Amino acid sequence: MRRMFRTAGAGAAVVFAAALALSGCSSNGTPAAKQAAPPTEKMASSVGSGEGQLNLIAWAGYTEDGSNDKSVDWVHPFETQTGCTVHTTYGATSDDMVQLMRTGQYDGVSASGDATLRLIYAGDVAPVNTSLVPNYKTISSFLKNGNWNSVNGQMYGIPHGWGANLLMYTPSTVSPAPTSWSAVFDDASTYKGKVTAYDSPIYIADAALYLKSSDPSLGITDPYSLTAKQLAAAVALLKKQNASVGEYWSDYTKEVQAFESGTSVVGTTWQVIANLINSDAKVKVETVVPKEGVTGWSDTWMISTKSKHPNCMYKWMNYITSASVNAQVAEWFGEAPSQTLACAKTSDPGFCGTYHATDQKYAAGIHYWTTPTKQCVDGKGNNCTAYSDWVNAWQQIRG
Amino acid sequence: MKLPASLRVTLTACMVLGLVVLYVPLILIVLNSFNSSRTFGFPPPGLTLDWWQKAASSSGALSALGTSVVAGLCAMVIALVLGTMAAFAVQRFEFFGRSTISFLVVLPITLPGIVTGIALNATFVQVLGPFGVALGLATVIIGHATFCIVIVYNNVQARLRRMGTSLEEASADLGANGWQTFWRVTFPGVRGALVAGAVLAFALSFDEIVVTTFTAGPAIQTLPLWIFSNLFRPNQAPVVNVVAAVLAVVAVVPVWLAQRFSGDSTTSRV
Amino acid sequence: MRPGARLALLLSVPLLWLVVMYLGSIAVMLVSAFWTVNDFTGAVEQTFTFDNIRRLVTEPLFATVALRTILVALGVTVIDAVFAIPMALFMSKVASPRLRLGLLVAVTTPLWASYLVKAYAWRTLVAPNGPIAFITGGNTPGYGLAATVITLAYLWLPYMIIPIYAGFDRVSDSLVEASFDLGASAWRTIRSVALPLVFPAIAAGSIFTFSLTLGDYIAVGIVGGKTQLLANVIYGQLVTANNQPFAAALSLIPLAAIVLYLFAMRRTGALEKV
Repeated sequence: MRRMFRTAGAGAAVVFAAALALSGCSSNGTPAAKQAAPPTEKMASSVGSGEGQLNLIAWAGYTEDGSNDKSVDWVHPFETQTGCTVHTTYGATSDDMVQLMRTGQYDGVSASGDATLRLIYAGDVAPVNTSLVPNYKTISSFLKNGNWNSVNGQMYGIPHGWGANLLMYTPSTVSPAPTSWSAVFDDASTYKGKVTAYDSPIYIADAALYLKSSDPSLGITDPYSLTAKQLAAAVALLKKQNASVGEYWSDYTKEVQAFESGTSVVGTTWQVIANLINSDAKVKVETVVPKEGVTGWSDTWMISTKSKHPNCMYKWMNYITSASVNAQVAEWFGEAPSQTLACAKTSDPGFCGTYHATDQKYAAGIHYWTTPTKQCVDGKGNNCTAYSDWVNAWQQIRG
Repeated sequence: MKLPASLRVTLTACMVLGLVVLYVPLILIVLNSFNSSRTFGFPPPGLTLDWWQKAASSSGALSALGTSVVAGLCAMVIALVLGTMAAFAVQRFEFFGRSTISFLVVLPITLPGIVTGIALNATFVQVLGPFGVALGLATVIIGHATFCIVIVYNNVQARLRRMGTSLEEASADLGANGWQTFWRVTFPGVRGALVAGAVLAFALSFDEIVVTTFTAGPAIQTLPLWIFSNLFRPNQAPVVNVVAAVLAVVAVVPVWLAQRFSGDSTTSRV
Repeated sequence: MRPGARLALLLSVPLLWLVVMYLGSIAVMLVSAFWTVNDFTGAVEQTFTFDNIRRLVTEPLFATVALRTILVALGVTVIDAVFAIPMALFMSKVASPRLRLGLLVAVTTPLWASYLVKAYAWRTLVAPNGPIAFITGGNTPGYGLAATVITLAYLWLPYMIIPIYAGFDRVSDSLVEASFDLGASAWRTIRSVALPLVFPAIAAGSIFTFSLTLGDYIAVGIVGGKTQLLANVIYGQLVTANNQPFAAALSLIPLAAIVLYLFAMRRTGALEKV
């Protein structure tokens, strides 16, 4: 989940790493997920009638049932259609979600890239028979068989929505228009005191991504697989950036207010924040995908191996990725829908364009959030820095 | 009381200034509850009643309110029982180590919330977890009750000290047994202190977020946690301004009642 | 029932709760500060080590942040005392009983408006284009350390006023009047008669403001700009890094600060006035 990326490089994330090490071929450069075999779990072969109930773990905003806003309700129509009564538990963090899934009391979860592999390798979630989910066919192809939601070509869930961490700026102050992340790194001092950055250790990946192209001698290939030396370079860059930072942001309310008040004029953002600012029309902001590429997130609905209501869960995975529902969720939440057909159903006809929902090239440039572990997540060795190192580094950067 | 005029004027000015400082942010909150900006930017681009309507129909806010009230009431009752017992022990008995009781009772509220939170979390999860204890509403109540005990304790023991023991002794001399003396003499004497302590204990629990964060189960959402999550949820963050405004207005009733009931203002600390 | 038995009954439950449950929890935390986290599995390993303490002492970051936090806490406490003392004095010695009741309600009502919402209100107030900048012609502290101190002082002010008010209320009017009759000035009377008598009450209030500040990590995130305080670092280690032992080790700093503070204040009788 994008809004609170905090997780430990702990528990099953490392089971995954261990599995990698055992496979003994973790240094030949092929994507990690292709090598290790997760526990063999049974896959459904048919979907029968619903069991009458469905227990979900979700991010706030993914399963709206009208309790927060009467007009925002896609759970009740599902209940009427399928007879499956939905109970949702909101996870505050990916760690919460992993722990909850482990109890075996839930049927499914909307897992983010930093939880998916942990769940897969711990045997908590089952492979998904995508032929039983008719809407899967028309889901954006670039979300299928990603190394955060599949293993050896087997999908472990249905993609739900995704987004990128963009560069946002106020054109009235920031000119010429930036095309590189250097605007917030090497050239940050131009707007000293008005630069903003995402307040999480995972933001180190943004610095690493910039260094990947600005300093090739470091040899960074994947922003989530950093050696101690590469991490140190990213930290040095972020410490330098810190001198120009006005404030770090973590929730969208804070960033919108910062740009509207002029506290911040350039920094990392999500598309939904830019839209909110422009709809208030107090200041005008622009977003851009800098030439170095961007980091981002992708969420996936997964089914528990211990699900007591698998038919309802399959019906849910199909329902939530149906064109009109996926459109509704994406618009409410402010992310790109995974369903290509959803683009015809959004209330704002330009929505998919704004979010680049079907833009293959755009999506290909995103480095999706993954938990860094000692065993490099790009499969290129076992001398990478783990997430706990990133947290320590982040605290040093904040000072 | 007679005070020099200059001092009265100075103090009055300070009081007015203090009240202005206390209330300007609250006025801003009320204003923001009508602010049409979805992130309540200043100055408001326009005014709207949307957030009030959304708040009125928000069953999420309502159920979070319910959870907070349950947690607050339970923590309050536990604090009342434990705080009163400890206060009686200290004020009506002589025993070794009496002076450390105050220290012990006051410790939970003085240790920073994050320390109490980590300590309770470690105990619930690592020590009691294997015995089947899971974080839930009960763990929140235990955490809140722990730091609320001192409020009741200090109120009651101050009152007991001032009451002295002569009335209770007279009651016993007239043939009343222990319970009769307690219900007819002691309890009416400390009732005000109990009410005052109870209201502040409830208020402390009601707005607590740090200890709550570390002791609440994933399915538990108290009102502060709901407000926090709403600041992360696009589209309706301003609803929290409505909730805060309503709470402040509604709270006047219990606060006023507590002041009235406590009568003797020297022990009322609501 | 014999007094001994009654005393045992009265004390048993509160002591069981506070000693076994609360002090027990603190003890668990203290012990875990000497444990370690397995690099590979992320699980807490219960092997004794001084590594966490060593890291606490040797990395300058933690001393810097701890010092900054304690200074913020002291600043908040002083500001609150400066505001609270005259307000409490007015309420107890100038206001009529009726007005007093109204003022008591007025100073405590803000406690009920959510802490988070009030912190966000201050975020708006100190913004570069916010109301304070508007009134003062652009002079606003902006987001940073100053805004953090102001916001925290605002949030905890009622906790300072209430005990001081109760303290002044116990100061007999005749003492103050006698001072004036003997020709003391208003300032002299406050300084030499009233303040020494209410010192324990001020100390009690300061315990609140000091400890609440030491434990806060949310308000500083809202108005603190890029500032981080001790609780942010502890929170980051506990929740983000999943390093519970090191978080526990870091907690020793506020724990020690508060326990020392309490011992210093105990002789004044402040603990009974919280």
